[in-house]
Amino acid sequence: MFETVLVANRGEIARRILRTARSLGIRGVAVHSDADATLPFVTEADTAVLLGGASPAESYRNIDRILAAAKDTGAQAVHPGYGFLSENAEFARAVQDAGLIWIGPDPEVIDLMGDKINARNRMAQAGVPVGAGTPDPVHEVTAAVDAVAHIGYPVMIKAAAGGGGMGMAVARDEGELRKQFEAIRGFAERTFGDPSILLERFFSNARHVEVQILGLADGRVVALGERDCSVQRRNQKVAEESPSPGVDEALRRRMLDAAVRAGEAVGYRGAGTVECLVSGGDFVFLEMNTRLQVEHPVTEAVFGIDLVEEQFRIAAGEPVTFDPETLTPQGHALELRINAEDSKRFLPGPGTIAQWREPVGDGIRVDAGYTQDNKVTPFYDSLMAKLIVHAPSREEALARAREAVRDFAIQGPKSNLEFFTELLDDAEFTSGTYDTGLIARMRRPATR
Amino acid sequence: MAEKIVAELVANVWKVLVADGDTVSEGDTLVILESMKMEIPVHAEASGTVSALSVTEGSTLEEGDLICEIS
Repeated sequence: MFETVLVANRGEIARRILRTARSLGIRGVAVHSDADATLPFVTEADTAVLLGGASPAESYRNIDRILAAAKDTGAQAVHPGYGFLSENAEFARAVQDAGLIWIGPDPEVIDLMGDKINARNRMAQAGVPVGAGTPDPVHEVTAAVDAVAHIGYPVMIKAAAGGGGMGMAVARDEGELRKQFEAIRGFAERTFGDPSILLERFFSNARHVEVQILGLADGRVVALGERDCSVQRRNQKVAEESPSPGVDEALRRRMLDAAVRAGEAVGYRGAGTVECLVSGGDFVFLEMNTRLQVEHPVTEAVFGIDLVEEQFRIAAGEPVTFDPETLTPQGHALELRINAEDSKRFLPGPGTIAQWREPVGDGIRVDAGYTQDNKVTPFYDSLMAKLIVHAPSREEALARAREAVRDFAIQGPKSNLEFFTELLDDAEFTSGTYDTGLIARMRRPATR
Repeated sequence: MAEKIVAELVANVWKVLVADGDTVSEGDTLVILESMKMEIPVHAEASGTVSALSVTEGSTLEEGDLICEIS
C-alpha cells in the first residue's frame, strides 16, 4: 500500500478521501486554494500545500502546481475525487508520466467514455442497450426532421455545446421540432458560440438509475447495486437512494449484468458508474462516469464497504476487502445533498457559517466539507455536506432522514434543509413512484 | 413604466445575450449569471425594449444590483 497519497480536490470529498487514507495508515496530502485555507480538509490533512488563488484555473485545475506538490511531498499516488480533473485524461497521463499512481481508470478509458458518441457505440457493441439518437451533430432543421423519422417522437433537442441543463427542449411532433430546433439553435449560437444540435429519443416519466462498478486489480468487473438519482433540480441530483424503489429484481439483474459487460468491454479498473434511464420496465445507457461519484455513500451504506479504500487497494494492485461472490446489499440508504442554496428556487447563497450542528445517531452519517465559522464562498459548487441515512427498510430510512434533517442546523449561508423536509413528506417521493420530473411538479423551478 | 431587473444573488456575469434597444418578449433570456458553479439564466418577465443595460461579461454583481430595465 502507498505511504503518501495526494488528494487533488477540495471540500467534503477531499476530507472523505483523507479520512480513509488516515484509517489505512497512509499520509494524506491536501492541496488547496487560498480561499479554502481554513476548511477542515486542509486543517486535518497531514500535509497541506497552497496551490494558488481561488479560481480553479489557479488551484484545483492547475496540473503543473498539483504535480509539483506531489513531488515536493513525496506522494506516490494521486486521488482526483470528483469534478475538477477527475475525468481529465491529460491529467491522468501527466500523473503517470511523473511516475505516480493514478487512482482511477486508464486515461484511454477516460477519453473513450468522455466522447458521448464513441461511448454509445462501444456500449452498443458490448450489448448494453442504448437509446436512439443522432450519431453526429445536426445543423439544419430538414436534417433534424429526417433524423427523427428513425429516432421517433418524443425527441430531446440538445445544444451539443450545452451543459448545466441549458439549451434543451422536448418536441412531440414535427411542428414542435421545427419551432424548438430553431429556438435552441439560436440560443446555442448566442450562448455557446456553437449552433450544433444533437437529437435523442426522449423518455418521459423516466428514472435516472445508475450502477456502481468496480474493476478489480485481477481484471474482474463487479457491480455493486444501483442508485436512484431521479430527484433532480436543473438536471442536477439532490437526493439519491439505494436500492431504487422503481427497479424490480428482474430489471436489476439485467442492469447489473449490462454494467459489468460495459466495464469489461473497456477493461475498466477502479470505481466507475454506468448511468441509465429507466422507463416502463426497460433501460438505456446514458453515460459512464469514470470516477467516484458524489452519491457513492449510499452504496457504501448498503454494502458495508469503503469504496475509497477499495480504490486505494485496486490502484495498489491489491485484492479488495470483500468476496464479490457473496457480497449482498442490506437495508436501504438515502443521501441528501445539503447545498448552500434556498429551498424554493434553489438559487445559490454563499456566506459565513454562524452555526453548524450535525445530526448524530444510529445509521446517520454526515460527510461535510465545512464546519462552524467557515466561509462558503461563491467560487466552487454549493455542496456543503451530504447526509446519509441507513436503515433496515425504506420506510425506516425515510423516518430516520426526517429526524436527521430536523436535527441539522445551519445558520449563515442559505441551505436547502427545508426542501428536504418537504421532499421527505411528499406523497410521490415517499411512495417511491417518482421520476426526474418530481421537483418540477413540486414547484415551479427557478428560472431566473 | 420600466421594469427593473436586478440580481437576486452574488454572481458573476457569464453571458450577456441582449443589448440596449433590443426588443424582447416575456421569457427571453437576458443574461446568464454564474455562481457556485451554477448557471442561472435571467429571463424577461415582460415584453418590451431593453434599456439601462448595466452589466458586462465577467463583471461581478451583488444582490440587488441593476442588470437592466425593460420598458
